[in-house]
Amino acid sequence: MSDATDTGPVLAADGTPLKKSLSRALRLQKTRALMLIAPLLFFVLLTFVIPIGDMLLRSVKNQVVSETIPLTVVELASWDSTTGELPSEAVYNALARDLQIAIENKTHTRLGSRLNYEKSGMSSLFRRSGRQVKRWDLDDGEPFKERFLDVHDGWGDVDNWKVIQTYSPPYTSGYFLNAVDREIGNDGVEVRPENEQIYVKLFKRTLFMSIVITVSCIMLGYPVAWLLANLPARRANILMILVLLPFWTSLLVRTSAWKVMLQQQGVINDVLVWLGLVADENRLIMINNQFGTIVAMTHILLPFMILPMYSVMQTIPETYLRAAKSMGATNWTAFWRVYFPQSVPGIGAGSILVFILSIGYYITPEIVGGTTGTFISNRIAFHISSSLNWGLAAALGTILLAVVMILYWAYDKIVGIDNVKLGG
Amino acid sequence: MKLKNTVLAVSAIALVAGPALSADMADEMTIVSWGGAYSNSQNKAYHEPYAANTGVTVVNDESSAEAVAKLRAMNEAGNITWDVVDVVAADAIRLCDEGLALEIDPDTQLAPAPDGTSASEDFGDLLVSDCFIPQIVYSTTFGYRTDLVGDTPPTSVCAVFDTEAYPGKRSLEKRALNNMEWALLCDGVAKDEIYDVLATPEGQEQALAKLGTIKDDVVWWSAGADTPQLLADGEIVMGSTYNGRLFSVIEEQKQPVAMLWDAQVFDLDGWIIPAGLSPEREARALDYIMFATDTQRLADQAKYISYGPARASSAPLVGQHAELGIDMAPHMPTDPNNAQNTFLNNYEFWADYRDDIEAKFQSWLAN
Repeated sequence: MSDATDTGPVLAADGTPLKKSLSRALRLQKTRALMLIAPLLFFVLLTFVIPIGDMLLRSVKNQVVSETIPLTVVELASWDSTTGELPSEAVYNALARDLQIAIENKTHTRLGSRLNYEKSGMSSLFRRSGRQVKRWDLDDGEPFKERFLDVHDGWGDVDNWKVIQTYSPPYTSGYFLNAVDREIGNDGVEVRPENEQIYVKLFKRTLFMSIVITVSCIMLGYPVAWLLANLPARRANILMILVLLPFWTSLLVRTSAWKVMLQQQGVINDVLVWLGLVADENRLIMINNQFGTIVAMTHILLPFMILPMYSVMQTIPETYLRAAKSMGATNWTAFWRVYFPQSVPGIGAGSILVFILSIGYYITPEIVGGTTGTFISNRIAFHISSSLNWGLAAALGTILLAVVMILYWAYDKIVGIDNVKLGG
Repeated sequence: MKLKNTVLAVSAIALVAGPALSADMADEMTIVSWGGAYSNSQNKAYHEPYAANTGVTVVNDESSAEAVAKLRAMNEAGNITWDVVDVVAADAIRLCDEGLALEIDPDTQLAPAPDGTSASEDFGDLLVSDCFIPQIVYSTTFGYRTDLVGDTPPTSVCAVFDTEAYPGKRSLEKRALNNMEWALLCDGVAKDEIYDVLATPEGQEQALAKLGTIKDDVVWWSAGADTPQLLADGEIVMGSTYNGRLFSVIEEQKQPVAMLWDAQVFDLDGWIIPAGLSPEREARALDYIMFATDTQRLADQAKYISYGPARASSAPLVGQHAELGIDMAPHMPTDPNNAQNTFLNNYEFWADYRDDIEAKFQSWLAN
């Protein structure tokens, strides 16, 4: 040891420094390992990371304005919207030139739909103008301002020009602001009018209901998992099948079954009325509200809680409990001080699974949630497939993803992610 | 003898199939529609005869509900896998606006009526977009349980807002369209002023306030099958849905349900051809459209489902239901007895105000 410090770096057999030789061997190993997972990495990158990244980027992308009417955007940059006066003739001139090209490519109506998200009426403004501007001769020298005003009153509305100016940069914060019930007003960012606020409320509701569902799953799942782990093998197997059977049944079938059970003329109400516990005219309302969503989703997600719990509990030796009792612990103390702490990793794993699944759940809340039991994911689905406002959907999705990441981080800090076991 | 028959049959097939299966048309096509009884009616009336005539293989895809979103995604990916798509008119207008649908010239690309009337005249005002080929007129209207309304069955759409005379739940669609119009109509706004009122923030508030009077009594639906199911279960006393769905509850399933045609809202459903198809596929799609929207084919579809054909010349040809054997004319939304008080979906208005009003409506629903 003292020799080595005296004579410089330790050398390997071939004379190179040992450090270098070691790191080369390690690098070789790492490359080999990387080659082994390369197909998977490539697959994940291609089918998961890139498409999702592209989708998330839509939440800030706004090139459609500057690409469709580039000349107008340049001219409009110098217009001062606070004066309350219409833009100059040069802007209208640029717009006429831009529109003729856009109409040829059929992109003017696409721009109209984009701007219509910000202000009602933009859609028809562009569609109707398109039909006439198409036939204009750009060189006959008539003032374009008046011609545009003849085509549609909307071109004489300062507010419309403000919208075009506000949304002309290639990137916008507009979708994100909208996703948290805010908008770009005259004096910067302001809260939307109360009758248009919805998303913050839905985010809160989604989190709250996901927590309720996770807690109900723990409450219901823990005893079942305990039974599964501690019953004799034959009976445990039967119980296991009962747990797995609904797991293999179609999601839609299970959700619809809850509809049959919970509705006012449904099975549960019929039984309660027959037993005389509930008057026929006061049947309980158990569906199309939060209650319905919580019940149906707890049922659907229960196996995701039971299975990790079970696999962890299976590894806890029975003898620990007996040992605790033999040393004088009561049943409760033995469970709470000895058994429960060892089962926590199972609860952790189950809770993360159930919580993250439920936060993005869509179909069950849609069917049984009514108006008070729907999640933010229902709005995202609406904007993707119905309103086609993909930018807003992407912004909502990005926020949801960020919330999940933050919660995961918090979980790691508080409980520790090492403390999660899916078995073994 | 046998050989002769075979030869005859082969040459007959060759005669029919020969010209259509020429090299410049694709021999397989994917047709997108809504599924269920509706797709079935199209299969019987359009796809089967077309396939028999031409030898084309028709692949059915039931994605119409997400057609606009999917077409947009296909267009961005540069790989359009659909040839003909069945969409509601409002979606056709959006697809046309976004440049995702092919523009059609009705007079050269659609069949004229048997008496020689041009297609543009035969379809008339129903050609609401340059890309849209109308197929049926359907309506969104109310059905009610005959056993739950006592001795005075409702005759006006405003019965929906009258929870004293007709206690019980009602079902309405979970979106602003139609509900806002009915609310204003029943709040005393004159029919021809409804859209002027609805364009103002005050008018939108007024409509939501009127809907607010029954908010606790409403089950909100998002699939067309919900209301028929809720009616059959006795969960609701009345509810809105598409008239064809109510027809099947009443006539096919014999449930104690009746139609309330008052203030029904007409809407159109029809075909579009996606933009950007290869020339062979586009030629095939156009050939199919020419066949499937001619006068006789549109009338044939009404044998299987109670939606009115979009051509004026098809109306007199509407006959009896193929299986039930009942006259279909009185079940058509366009029948004079049913069409005494009607709306037509105001496409232009909703294209402009949908984003704004829908945001307010959904916010109102969630609170």
